Amino acid sequence: MSLEIVDSCVSCWACIDVCPSDAIFKADTQFKIDAKKCTECEGDYANTQCASICPIEETICDSEGVPINPLGSLTGIPPEKMNEIMLEIQSR
Amino acid sequence: MDLNVIDDSTPVASEDGCSSGSCGTTDDQMSHLPDNIKEKVQNHPCYSEEAHHYFARMHVAVAPACNIQCHYCNRKYDCSNESRPGVVSELLTPDQAVMKTKAVAANIPQMTVLGIAGPGDPLANPERTFETFRQLSEQAPDIKLCVSTNGLALPASVDELSKHNIDHVTITINTVDPEIGAQIYPWIYWNNRRIHGVKGAKILIEQQQKGLEMLTERGILVKVNSVMIPGVNDKHLEEVSRIVKSKGAFLHNVMPLISEPEHGTFYGVMGQRGPSPEELQNLQDACAGDMNMMRHCRQCRADAVGLLGEDRGDEFTIEKIEEMDIDYGKAMKVRAAVHAGIEEELAEKEVKKAKLVSSMDSAAQPLKEYRPMLMAVATSGQGLINQHFGHATEFLVYEASTKGIRFISHRKVDQYCIGNDTCGEKESALAGSIRALEGCEVVLCSKIGFEPWGLLEDAGIQPNGEYAMEPIDDSVQAVYQEMIANGTLDADEIKLDAVSA
Ligand code: SF4
Ligand code: SF4
Repeated sequence: MSLEIVDSCVSCWACIDVCPSDAIFKADTQFKIDAKKCTECEGDYANTQCASICPIEETICDSEGVPINPLGSLTGIPPEKMNEIMLEIQSR
Repeated sequence: MDLNVIDDSTPVASEDGCSSGSCGTTDDQMSHLPDNIKEKVQNHPCYSEEAHHYFARMHVAVAPACNIQCHYCNRKYDCSNESRPGVVSELLTPDQAVMKTKAVAANIPQMTVLGIAGPGDPLANPERTFETFRQLSEQAPDIKLCVSTNGLALPASVDELSKHNIDHVTITINTVDPEIGAQIYPWIYWNNRRIHGVKGAKILIEQQQKGLEMLTERGILVKVNSVMIPGVNDKHLEEVSRIVKSKGAFLHNVMPLISEPEHGTFYGVMGQRGPSPEELQNLQDACAGDMNMMRHCRQCRADAVGLLGEDRGDEFTIEKIEEMDIDYGKAMKVRAAVHAGIEEELAEKEVKKAKLVSSMDSAAQPLKEYRPMLMAVATSGQGLINQHFGHATEFLVYEASTKGIRFISHRKVDQYCIGNDTCGEKESALAGSIRALEGCEVVLCSKIGFEPWGLLEDAGIQPNGEYAMEPIDDSVQAVYQEMIANGTLDADEIKLDAVSA
């Protein structure tokens, strides 16, 4: 039972401080989760902490490899609305 | 005709109080502040336009993590070509940061203020931030400390902050309206949950306002920064200015959004534009009516080291610092002597300025009104025109009018990328300089090459090297008078009449 950080991680340091299990470490090019230490925050928090603060969509995945923050979930813009919103922003 | 010098941040001693020249100086704009705070501000290297030619500040990057997302920020900050505000390249541990600060302070005695501004939110990294402050308060008590924050964790940090040698806190407040906030902040991390949209923005705004009140209650100086985002909060910032002033912020600093696709920020990628220099200045003027505006704030790279627009950061990398042998006790004595010298020089300038104002008071008002105009100056400090046009990485912009000389802003030449071979499209430095000077009619510098001279003239900007090594205020004033005398400004009037007729 562990989450995983994939290579879209930008090494922003946000997740490392909020992990209750001390499971996150800085590797050469990105941050990683030690699968042996990760508890998926069970017993500590209702939500997985690293995935609640990570600013990059599709970077932290569950044990099945499914992103916890899918595309559009952090910007709040569903992919199909992207063009419309972009035009609106550009008209400002 | 005598022109007096108006200064937004340095009060001008004037016997009879409100003369035409000193009206609207810091004295009036800060009248709402308690005396102890007023005094702190007036002698402060960061807030006195005069003093910032002489003193320097630096930042150390010890705080990487952040607890919110702003649409103008890209959290990937290791691009070595970046020089956007808030973007830093070398992350330091608290011990390294203390070592670096002492090394810089010993080598650049003008460095008087140490800030922690990021690259994330300092208060979202409480251990690293406060460990740095604790050590510096102990080991280098002659350095003032400051911290910038988005405000989310501020109420929870106020007690800890007041334990250290904290001189001032900067809060970035872009709005007081959660609906607008949701267009700037897509989410926050709060009480161990991610909170999206209007709900998250509402919590952030509440914490910012509460933090501001708590700090001013404790007598800690608070400066408020706002990023001007056209079409989002530009119309709303005047109200923000009024509110933060009523809660005791002593300064409100409106900065332009800097947004390019290559920054990889949400706004950059989506094509949100930043304000034009004119839009920015109009808003700054509108807000200045309400309270003191800091116009000499440079959106410097967060870890820049040195005086006015120079960056000597390369001399103070961790490897180089480790080889330095710093005797800070000894350095403190040298620093004290240098500071005393600078203060003396500043005091002399004040006296001179006061004389100018009183001579202006007795002189008759100019018979004719001429339009104000903008002039840019290339300087490397000391309040002199002492920089080669081609070496300037930023220009100081002054407004000259029949009411006097007024400092308007810093214009950086390369706001985001120096455009070297590793970094895509290269724009010539010269084109960058000319673009930075938009709206200015004259540029004063110590020297200038033949090619830029011609190109500047083509762009409607008159280069002028006649005032090399002269004081900025006097020179800007002299050039404006010359322009009145030789009819340059008359010609415009005729043109304007013709248009309106
Ligand atoms: S899910 Fe929880 S325990 Fe696992 S790495 Fe993330 S924060 Fe740590
Ligand atoms: S919060 Fe996300 S992007 Fe940042 S270091 Fe952790 S995994 Fe990487």
